[in-house]
Amino acid sequence: MNPDSGTVFRTLADPTRRSLFEQLCREGEQTVWMLTRHARISQPAVSKHLAALKSAGLVHDRHEGRERHYRAVARGLSPLVDWLGLYGAFWRDRLDRLEDLLERIDR
Amino acid sequence: MTEATAATRSIVMERTMPHPPEKIWRALTQSSLIAEWLMENDFEARLGGRFQFRAKPMGNWNGVVDCEITAFEPPRRLVYTWKGGAVQNLGYGTALDSVVEWTLTPVAGGTRIRMEHSGFGPQNASAYETMSGGWPRVLERLEHASARQG
Repeated sequence: MNPDSGTVFRTLADPTRRSLFEQLCREGEQTVWMLTRHARISQPAVSKHLAALKSAGLVHDRHEGRERHYRAVARGLSPLVDWLGLYGAFWRDRLDRLEDLLERIDR
Repeated sequence: MTEATAATRSIVMERTMPHPPEKIWRALTQSSLIAEWLMENDFEARLGGRFQFRAKPMGNWNGVVDCEITAFEPPRRLVYTWKGGAVQNLGYGTALDSVVEWTLTPVAGGTRIRMEHSGFGPQNASAYETMSGGWPRVLERLEHASARQG
C-alpha cells in the first residue's frame, strides 16, 4: 500500500529527516556514512531517520558490500499534491462563469 | 482521498442549469463564447478539430493547452483531449495528458451538465522523477504548514 499524505507530511515535518531527504535530492545516492558526516547526529540516529523516510516511500536503499546506500524517491512527495482539489477548484470557478454567461446570452 | 496517484483519477462536476441543451452546446462550442467563461481559444467545432486554449503562463508552462476533439455529437456530447503544462510545475499547471468530456442531458426545466476531466494520475507523479526545481517548493509549503501547526 502507498503511504498517504499524512504519513509523508508527518515524516517530513521533522527537520532532521527533511534535511536528510533534501541532501539526497541534492547530492544523489549517499551512504549512511556520508549522510552521518553532514548530519551532526549519531549514525544510529541517522539510520533511524532513514528507516522512517523509507517507510514513507521517500527513499530507496540498497546494500553494497558492508555499506547501505540511500537515494531519494522524489515521487514519494506526490501524495502531498492535491491534483483533484486544485483542478476541481478551477472547474467550479469556470462552471460558475458558464452559468453567468448563459444568463446573459439569448436562447 | 488518501492516494491521488495510485491510479488514474478524474474530476466530475454535475450541475443542472435552467437552459436548453442547444444553448449550452453553443457556449461549449463557439470560440467567442468559450473565451468568455473558460479560456482564450481557437476552437474548431468539428470531430477531429485541433485547437488550443491559452491561459496565463505559469512557471515553466507557456500557458498553452493543446486539444483535439474526439467526440462531437450536438447537442449531447463533446470530448476533447487536454494536453499541456510543465513537468516542473506542481499542482495547477503541471504536465497533463488528459481528457475533458461534456455530457448534456435534458431534464425538467433545463439541462443536466456533466463535466469529467480524467487522466490525472501516475504520469503526473512521474514528473517528480525528472524534477529538480519543483520539490523545494513543496518542502517550503510543508515548512509553513508545520509552523502553523506548532
